[in-house]
Amino acid sequence: MALLRYESQVRAPLVDGTKDYHQVTEDICRPVEARPSKLWWVGFLISVALLIFGIVSVTMEVIYGTGQWNLNKTIGWGWDITNFVWWVGIGHAGTLISAILLLFRQGWRTGVNRAAEAMTIFAVMCAGQFPIWHMGRVWNAFFVLPYPNTRGPLWVNFNSPLLWDVFAISTYFTVSLLFWYSGLLPDLATLRDRAKEKWRKHFYGVAAFGWTGSTKHWQRHEALSLVLAGLSTPLVLSVHTIVSFDFATSVVPGWHTTIFPPYFVAGAIFSGFAMVQTLLVVTRKVLALEDYITLEHIDVMNKVIVLTGSIVGIAYLTELFMSWYSAVSYEEFAFFENRLNLSSPYGWSYWLMMGCNVLSPQIFWFRKMRRNLFVTFFMSILVNIGMWFERFVIIVTSVYRDYLPSAWSTYYTPTIWEVGFYMGTFGLFFTCYFLFSKFFPVIALAEIKHILKKNGEGFKNNMDELEGESTDEFGHKHGHDHGA
Amino acid sequence: MAVKKFVVGNFDDEAVLFPAVKKVRRAGYKIHDVFTPFPIHGLDKAMGLRDTSLHTAGFIYGISGTATAVGFITWALTVDWQINFGGKPFFSLPAWIPVTFELTVLFAAVGMVLTFCYLCQLAPFVKKDHFNPRSTDDTFVMALECTDKTNEEEAISFLTTVGAKEVKVEYKETEWWLGRYDKDKKLFHKEN
Repeated sequence: MALLRYESQVRAPLVDGTKDYHQVTEDICRPVEARPSKLWWVGFLISVALLIFGIVSVTMEVIYGTGQWNLNKTIGWGWDITNFVWWVGIGHAGTLISAILLLFRQGWRTGVNRAAEAMTIFAVMCAGQFPIWHMGRVWNAFFVLPYPNTRGPLWVNFNSPLLWDVFAISTYFTVSLLFWYSGLLPDLATLRDRAKEKWRKHFYGVAAFGWTGSTKHWQRHEALSLVLAGLSTPLVLSVHTIVSFDFATSVVPGWHTTIFPPYFVAGAIFSGFAMVQTLLVVTRKVLALEDYITLEHIDVMNKVIVLTGSIVGIAYLTELFMSWYSAVSYEEFAFFENRLNLSSPYGWSYWLMMGCNVLSPQIFWFRKMRRNLFVTFFMSILVNIGMWFERFVIIVTSVYRDYLPSAWSTYYTPTIWEVGFYMGTFGLFFTCYFLFSKFFPVIALAEIKHILKKNGEGFKNNMDELEGESTDEFGHKHGHDHGA
Repeated sequence: MAVKKFVVGNFDDEAVLFPAVKKVRRAGYKIHDVFTPFPIHGLDKAMGLRDTSLHTAGFIYGISGTATAVGFITWALTVDWQINFGGKPFFSLPAWIPVTFELTVLFAAVGMVLTFCYLCQLAPFVKKDHFNPRSTDDTFVMALECTDKTNEEEAISFLTTVGAKEVKVEYKETEWWLGRYDKDKKLFHKEN
């Protein structure tokens, strides 16, 4: 067997088992072509039920106004913007995997990138709901766009971080969608060419845009993927930076800090990887894709979680130090009284955040824990709870006690419609994810084939004999026929 | 509509395909295209294809996004309707960096994807023939275009000797089409 590429045995294989290209196609297309399982239907229907609950909750809010939520004077953002920041953050892991790891030539991303990118798109869709419905009079939502109007024309305020958000989130969604779908084209063509039923031929025929796999097309496709990755990399960093500007450019104690952009980006990647773990630990089992999303992948992503979790931890400690070092009594009050003090009204949320985000991921310093699926799944949930509370702490504890102590008695708790809205976005997210896992290949087929002969277990074992060969022998046997 | 005649070789290993492409070209055959299930690095060079200029297009789209953002915001906030935001200058460029950056990325990404689709003639409902449905699965398909001078028998045996597992002569529509492709109305005449 001639080899085009070679990788050291030291690295673990990324595709387990002895497989050829056709086997890869079969394995990954099987869940798409088989009838959905009972488990799929149960999950899907629960998601749809949650989505309906969300739609009802939002309808209540639209009919009766934001008064349906327990927001009050000083806590104007509450659960709503907490959820917005949380969902946007989750989206970031998908772009990190698909774009940044592509630029860094991390081979392991191929097993998980397609599902992670899909997760990004669905998470950003969920995130976008919150600022839109939070407007209250949502029929005026188009006011955020700079369109010629009869009020002057009075243009939008391009100096405002809230407007930057509009551009950042909409660009992020569009570019992620384009990146994801252009990557899907070849895989949809595979499904089209395998299709037996008429509807399937038609559906995937339309979806695949007439992809043929011509060499020239692949060449352009590679160029496109690389440039989109190069564009998405600064884009993803900019998105959460701009989200953090929503807070950092204000003069509210607890928000007015320069550490926010890097701290938000690290936190976003942290929570996003946790969500990827939640989804993939289940997906690989249910769709029998353990050979493609291996323990090696889980292990590597847990390393990212412990790294970013610790960065977030450092950021929390830096914030505490800076509030003391600033010697501003309001800053000190926000951090040491409203957050750190466990007996203050919201002190519990700060320590819950600390426990989930900083302490608990430290368990992943141990290889055995990184490779334990139950621990991974449990931790992924814990991290996402922690990251939700991080945003809750930032938003609520900074503003619930303002400069007017007579207003302090109000304790903010959400109404059923606020909770319902949040649950509804879970419904939206998982409905989309279930449909995606049913109709699209959850693993990038062409990309797995591309790395198969380098990182596949069956091919790696053949490389043993090569280790002993001299360079001349190797070149003679496996060269590309340059001399002939 | 142009239906042409091809000698089509199917390979099952890219390591065989690579030297085969070189030998076929050296022997003077005209390769119409090679269809592969995944990108094979260096195959475009081996086939003598020139580099794509898609990157350059992306750069131009990006720059036009930058220019659009800076130009429009400058006009809107300093010429058309000046608003005093906290006593800051009307022309406050640093505050416009985020929107400018986002539009740069947006223009570059959308422009490149549209250009990619245009160059490759990809769109919903478009149909094309790619000789062997297995070429999106595990088969590497090399199609040689037959001209008046091509000796089919020779081409077939040549492809077999360079490693093709299965070689066929096929008549194919090379352009894209929409809807059904009517076999009876094919616009070609069999020479033999």
